[in-house]
Amino acid sequence: MKLTDKEVRHIALLARLGISDSEVEKFREQLSNILENFDILSQADTEGLPPTAQSITLENIYRPDETKPSLPVDEVLANAPDREGNSFKVNAVLE
Amino acid sequence: MNDLHRLTIHESHELLKNKKVSSVELTRATLKYLESIDGKIRVCIRITAEHALERAKSADKAIAEGKCSPLTGVPLIIKDNMCTRGVTTTCGSKMLENFVPPYNAHVIEKLTSVNAVMIGKANMDEFAMGSSTENSAFFTTHNPWKLDCVPGGSSGGSAAAVAADACIYALGSDTGGSIRQPAGFCGVVGLKPTYGRVSRFGLVAFASSLDQIGPLAKDVTDAALVMNVISGHDKRDSTTVPLDVPDYTSALKPDIKGLRVGVPREYLVEGMQPAVRQAIEAAVKQLEELGASIDWNVSLPNTRYGLAAYYILAPSEASANLARYDGVKYGYSYRDSTSMWESMEKTKQYGFGAEVKRRIMLGTYALSAGYYDAYYLKAQKVRTLIKRDFDRAFETYDVLVTPTSPTVAFKIGEKADDPVQMYLSDVCTLPINIAGVPAISIPAGFVDGLPVGMQFIGKHFGEETLLRTAYAYEQATPWHKQKPTIA
Repeated sequence: MKLTDKEVRHIALLARLGISDSEVEKFREQLSNILENFDILSQADTEGLPPTAQSITLENIYRPDETKPSLPVDEVLANAPDREGNSFKVNAVLE
Repeated sequence: MNDLHRLTIHESHELLKNKKVSSVELTRATLKYLESIDGKIRVCIRITAEHALERAKSADKAIAEGKCSPLTGVPLIIKDNMCTRGVTTTCGSKMLENFVPPYNAHVIEKLTSVNAVMIGKANMDEFAMGSSTENSAFFTTHNPWKLDCVPGGSSGGSAAAVAADACIYALGSDTGGSIRQPAGFCGVVGLKPTYGRVSRFGLVAFASSLDQIGPLAKDVTDAALVMNVISGHDKRDSTTVPLDVPDYTSALKPDIKGLRVGVPREYLVEGMQPAVRQAIEAAVKQLEELGASIDWNVSLPNTRYGLAAYYILAPSEASANLARYDGVKYGYSYRDSTSMWESMEKTKQYGFGAEVKRRIMLGTYALSAGYYDAYYLKAQKVRTLIKRDFDRAFETYDVLVTPTSPTVAFKIGEKADDPVQMYLSDVCTLPINIAGVPAISIPAGFVDGLPVGMQFIGKHFGEETLLRTAYAYEQATPWHKQKPTIA
C-alpha cells in the first residue's frame, strides 16, 4: 500500500496534526513501508470471528450517579495555557 | 554502612525494621549514588531529592510507631508517565514538559499510604512509544552494562536505574513490552501484570486496552513485594477486576516439580541472535533439571500476526487518547495564531516528536473511513485468534517460556531511523499485551557482556505461578547477583 502526498496530508488533517513538507515526504515513505508489513494480516482466516476490544470479560461497569467533590478549580486551571475567570481561554471558534 | 543503594527491598526492610538504618540514611545514600552516576547513565528526567527526604522522615516516624511494611522507607524511581501531585510529569514529551499534576496516580497513592520514598522520575520514550528511550524528547538513557547501548524502552530509565543500583526498585508501564524488554536489556526483573490487575488511574494513557503498570526490581522477591502493594481494584479504573489480591510472596517457593512448561516454537524466530537462543535453551534445560516437564514443541500459530495487529491496535487507541493534547487545558500550547484550528495543529506539530506523530498518523489512517474494516476491525479479529492461542495453550501448560527480545541490547543510534526494525525488538512481548495475560522477564545469562532476558508467560491472573517459576530459576542461577561496573 503506497500512500500519496495527498493522502498523508488528509490523514494529518483528520488528526488535526500540523505537518511540514519534509514530514509529508518522510511519513509517506515510512507509513507506506509500515502498511506493507500489515499485508500479512490478509492471510489470517478471521471468517465469522468476533472482534476483541479488550482482553478481560468485564463489561459495562456502572456506578451511582452521585455528585462528589471535584478538584479545586484553581488547581485544575493552574496548568492552563490561558484562562479567564474560571474558564479556559481559547481563540474564537466561529469566525 | 556502605553501599546501601545496592540493597534489595527485602534487605532494606530487614535493616529498617530492626532500626539498623533509617529511611533518611538509606534515601540519602541512594540519592547520592544516583546523582553521582546520572551524568553517565541519565536515568532521571527529574531527581526529587527534597521531596524524598521529607517522605523519608515520614517513613522514619511511621517505623518508630511500629508501622514498617516491606516498602516503608524504601527509595524508588517512578516512570515519568505516572502522575505525581506537585511534581512535573512529562511523559518524556515537550508537550508535558511543564505539566504539574493536581493529583496522584492510584499507584502513587498506594505507595504513599505505605510511606514509600520516591527519589526521581525516570526517563522514557515519549508517551511510552519506543523500545530504546531514544524517543525521549529530552535525552537518551544509557545501558549500565555498556554505555554505548540502549537500555531498552519505553521504561528504559526505570530499568537502567534498577540495574545500576541507582534506586532500590522502580515502576514502569508496559503496553507492548515496555517493562519486560528494558528489564531484559538491563538484566533486572520486570513484571507486566494481567490486564485489570493494577489500576491505571493517573497513568498517562497510550493504548488503553493494553497498558499496565508493573514493577522493575533487583530480584523476584522484590517484584512480589511491590505487587502486593500496587495490585487491586480501583473504582476510578473500571477495567480493574474486583478480585482479592493474594500475598504474592507466598508463591516464592523454589519448587517447580511437575510444572508443565511449554516452549512456543514461533518465538524462537528467524533473525534471532543465535547466542540468545542458546542462552534460553540452556535456561529451559535448567528448569527441566529443577523438575519441570518441558514441551519443546508448542505452537501458537497466530504469533506471526502479532506485530501487525499490535501496530494497528496500539496506534489507533493512541490516536484517540492523544487527541486531548490540543493546547487548551494543559501542556504545550502554540499561541502565535488567531485561528483555533491553526493553534491546535501547531500545538501538536511542535509539541510531539517524530515517533508519536508517526503513530498518530498510523492510527488515524487505520480508523479512517474506508480503511476501518481492512485494518482496525481486522486487527481486532486477529486479536481474538491470538487470545485463543493462549487460552488453548494454558489448557495444557502452566507457563510458557520465550526470550524477552530476539537480541540483547543494541547500540544507541543503530535502529533510530528504521521504525520497522525498532518495532521488531518487541516481537516476543507484544502478543502478551494483545492477550492481556501476565508475563515476567528475568535475567537468564549474558551474551558479549550484555544481559539476556527470559520471559515467562502465564494465564490471566496467574502471577503467582510466574513468580514461583521465576523464583525457582533465580535461586538456582547466579545471574541476578551480577552487577555492571559503571565506567
